[in-house]
Amino acid sequence: MHTSRRDFIRSTGCLTIGFCLGKWSLAESVPFAQELPSGLRMNDRINAWLEVLADGRVRVFTGKLELGQGIRTAIAQVAAEELDLEMQQVEVKLVETGITPNEGYTAGSASIENSAMSVRYAAAAARQKLMEMASQKLGIPPAQLQMMHGVISPLAGGRSVNFAELLNGQQLTDEVRQPVPLKPKDQYRLVGKAIPRDDIGRMVLGEPVYVQDLRFPGMVHARIVHPPNYQAKLLQFDEASIRKRFPGLLKIVVNGSFLGVIAADEYKTMQAQQALQQNARWSAPDKLLSLNGPSLIDHIISLPTKTEQVHKKGTIDGNAGMTLQARYFKPYIMHGSIGPSCAVALYDKDTLHVWSHSQGVYPLRDVLATLVGLPADNVHVTGVPGSGCYGHNGADDVAAEAALLARAYPGKHIRLQWSREDEHCWEPYGSAMIMDTSARLDSNGKITDWKYELWSDTHGTRPGGNVANLLPAHFLEKPFPGKVSGFSGGAYRNAQPYYKIPNQDVQVHFFNGPLRVSSLRGLGAYANIFAIESFMDELAEKAGKDPYQFRIEHLEDERAREVISRLRGMVQELPGTGAGIAFSRYKNAASYCAVAARVRVDMKKRSVQVEKMWAVIDAGETINTDGLKNQTEGGMVQSASWTILEEVKFDQLHITSRNWDSYPIFRFQQVPEVEVTIIDRPKEEALGAGEAAQGPAAAAIANAVYRACGKRIRHLPLVIPIT
Amino acid sequence: MVLIDLHVNGRVFHIDTDPATPLLYVLRNQLALNGPRYGCGLQQCGACMVLIDGRAEPGCMLPVQAVKNKKIVTLEGLANSNNHLHPVQEAFVQEQAAQCGYCLNGMVISAVSLLDQHPNPDDATIRAGLQRCLCRCGTQSRIMKAVKLAAAKMK
Ligand code: FES
Ligand code: FES
Repeated sequence: MHTSRRDFIRSTGCLTIGFCLGKWSLAESVPFAQELPSGLRMNDRINAWLEVLADGRVRVFTGKLELGQGIRTAIAQVAAEELDLEMQQVEVKLVETGITPNEGYTAGSASIENSAMSVRYAAAAARQKLMEMASQKLGIPPAQLQMMHGVISPLAGGRSVNFAELLNGQQLTDEVRQPVPLKPKDQYRLVGKAIPRDDIGRMVLGEPVYVQDLRFPGMVHARIVHPPNYQAKLLQFDEASIRKRFPGLLKIVVNGSFLGVIAADEYKTMQAQQALQQNARWSAPDKLLSLNGPSLIDHIISLPTKTEQVHKKGTIDGNAGMTLQARYFKPYIMHGSIGPSCAVALYDKDTLHVWSHSQGVYPLRDVLATLVGLPADNVHVTGVPGSGCYGHNGADDVAAEAALLARAYPGKHIRLQWSREDEHCWEPYGSAMIMDTSARLDSNGKITDWKYELWSDTHGTRPGGNVANLLPAHFLEKPFPGKVSGFSGGAYRNAQPYYKIPNQDVQVHFFNGPLRVSSLRGLGAYANIFAIESFMDELAEKAGKDPYQFRIEHLEDERAREVISRLRGMVQELPGTGAGIAFSRYKNAASYCAVAARVRVDMKKRSVQVEKMWAVIDAGETINTDGLKNQTEGGMVQSASWTILEEVKFDQLHITSRNWDSYPIFRFQQVPEVEVTIIDRPKEEALGAGEAAQGPAAAAIANAVYRACGKRIRHLPLVIPIT
Repeated sequence: MVLIDLHVNGRVFHIDTDPATPLLYVLRNQLALNGPRYGCGLQQCGACMVLIDGRAEPGCMLPVQAVKNKKIVTLEGLANSNNHLHPVQEAFVQEQAAQCGYCLNGMVISAVSLLDQHPNPDDATIRAGLQRCLCRCGTQSRIMKAVKLAAAKMK
């Protein structure tokens, strides 16, 4: 399979695809999009995206990875729809270098917008081509043929032909070129429905699903002994005593401060890791600043910054004449995957094979090649699902460490499992952020001026293009030069309000903070929307307006107004509680989402119980309604946990949030009930939605707390102050 | 290394192991079971839950020698021999009670144990019964629905 798939991007000449549509005619087909999805433009052959198998089923290729978001099912749905197959007749091959298209990262809620749409066009083009081939073979015009469940047959009855017979072992190598007639949406049987995911059936049986479940003959186990903090260097360790205590160790790998153990038995590697942790001596580190909460804010403000103007409109002169000013804060937060990161690596016959749950299998391949000194063609990375990651967690780092071990100990599959402490201490967190807002209201309660200043570290240090972004690159004897670099734009995601305000000034100040950071679900949008939507409530009160109405009056986009007005109808308030709302359009360009929360505050215990949360979401064309619901429900619950509980803590030495006791997240007794309404708009473009609820959920809770107890809390996590 | 007889999913396995090895690693590595998962190794998350004499217990810190006379059931052992799902498994599929599903083992095993003790659990009882299990994807509301559905099925 590996070699036979290599040519899917190679040009083999272009066959013109005619307009034979079978069951529907071009006239009733949906209007053509002006542009094909970008992934399709880069991989423009049909067989880059799908193949017909010998048994007539279809295998679809995606450059994305299943991360629990249900993308595998959504992609199967669009393919099955265009080709009129049953769901069981479509299998989805997740990202693997050399096999699937290179679609970069599975991130930013973009998999539906890109991958699923590429598959849709490729499948539609395949349909057209298959109809044309069947027409020739059967000697019947395409208009008199129908396609169903992989068989093409004359409408009038008679001899039929299936996909596999038509292709006879060949694949469709035609370019997908506009115009590609898509199936009319009013004929959909699968898209827009709550098609159940089939992987849940396998999960409940304990079938192998995750990278952690991979087993290869002769596979061995490994653990890494990470330094006691970010900067410590390995001075020495007593190898002889470790070898004596653990006679079965296969290898102790040392390269600068990179220290790993390999053994046939996993428990032995864990014991050896512990022994080495006690035995190794490390250089004394530069002190981290022991800063949490308010002192961290002062520290951030004191750091040198690089300032960028994000948006400017009209005129604003300083803060003079502003009606209201407020400062909001969000601490460092961790991804906190339930399954710590894991990878399997094998170095064999000049090729490095890696199995990884990285969100960017292709970009990872390229930096791994640099890290271990091989040409990219000699590195083969297979994407295998892991535990939900919600952004850039330890997945790439553990893969890099496994790759280094494999180079040092070739010929065996090496399974490297990070411990809970490895993941908690070394994953790149979501940056702490400070948001200063001020605004002016006119006498009608309309916002005229809006000033927003934001302090943030970067929100993207994924390894793509920079080997220095991989954790072990810094541990090596010859460390890779260069600084960790990243995508800074994530900080000001949703920093600009979606409201109609004549004068606006939005600025970001970038700092280099004390902790390792990267992309966490929603990037800066979580904190920006928390600040903007809390502030909108403060302004609404000042203007003497109801929070729904105040927002609606400042919105021009009908779809935005609709999610808010629909939400009003869902919320049930109860005596002794407070309800709050918030709205955002994710990235100001993707899904619309309005969230409400009802909370109960116990002033004595200073505790907040989030009882119920509601969301209304408009993601344009919905592919799988249950998938969208599930993502939105989960997004609200996760965001509630961030908002109420979470803050990465550290002292002068290192991270002190080392496990679920020192970094608690929601348990069942804290989790709210959730209810989601979807506004499906089949005629509109499908919009990314997996991160849409994070920001509004936070602000809705803070606004509800204010209603419940009169305390406006602007610093997260949300703690009720001592009165 | 010692030989230990381990009673898992209705069969007895003779296992050659360091008796201090936590049960989780024996189940995953020696018996090639995937149900019990590694999440924290600290009895904090519930990913590694197994039924020990019918009660849900985390297996990640439990030395294998401590359970040699007990009946252990893992996720794999819940379905009957024809792969006919246990009502709890069935309910999780019906409610689509997972996102990444990494936590699902702990949830299903805990729910089986809970329903054995409380056939008609109210919300508070379900929450208390699943309190040891963490889910980062935020699927808890579906999991609660699945447990209620399973209770109804088992009537
Ligand atoms: S792995 Fe056992 S409780 Fe977390
Ligand atoms: S479904 Fe992902 S941790 Fe629960």
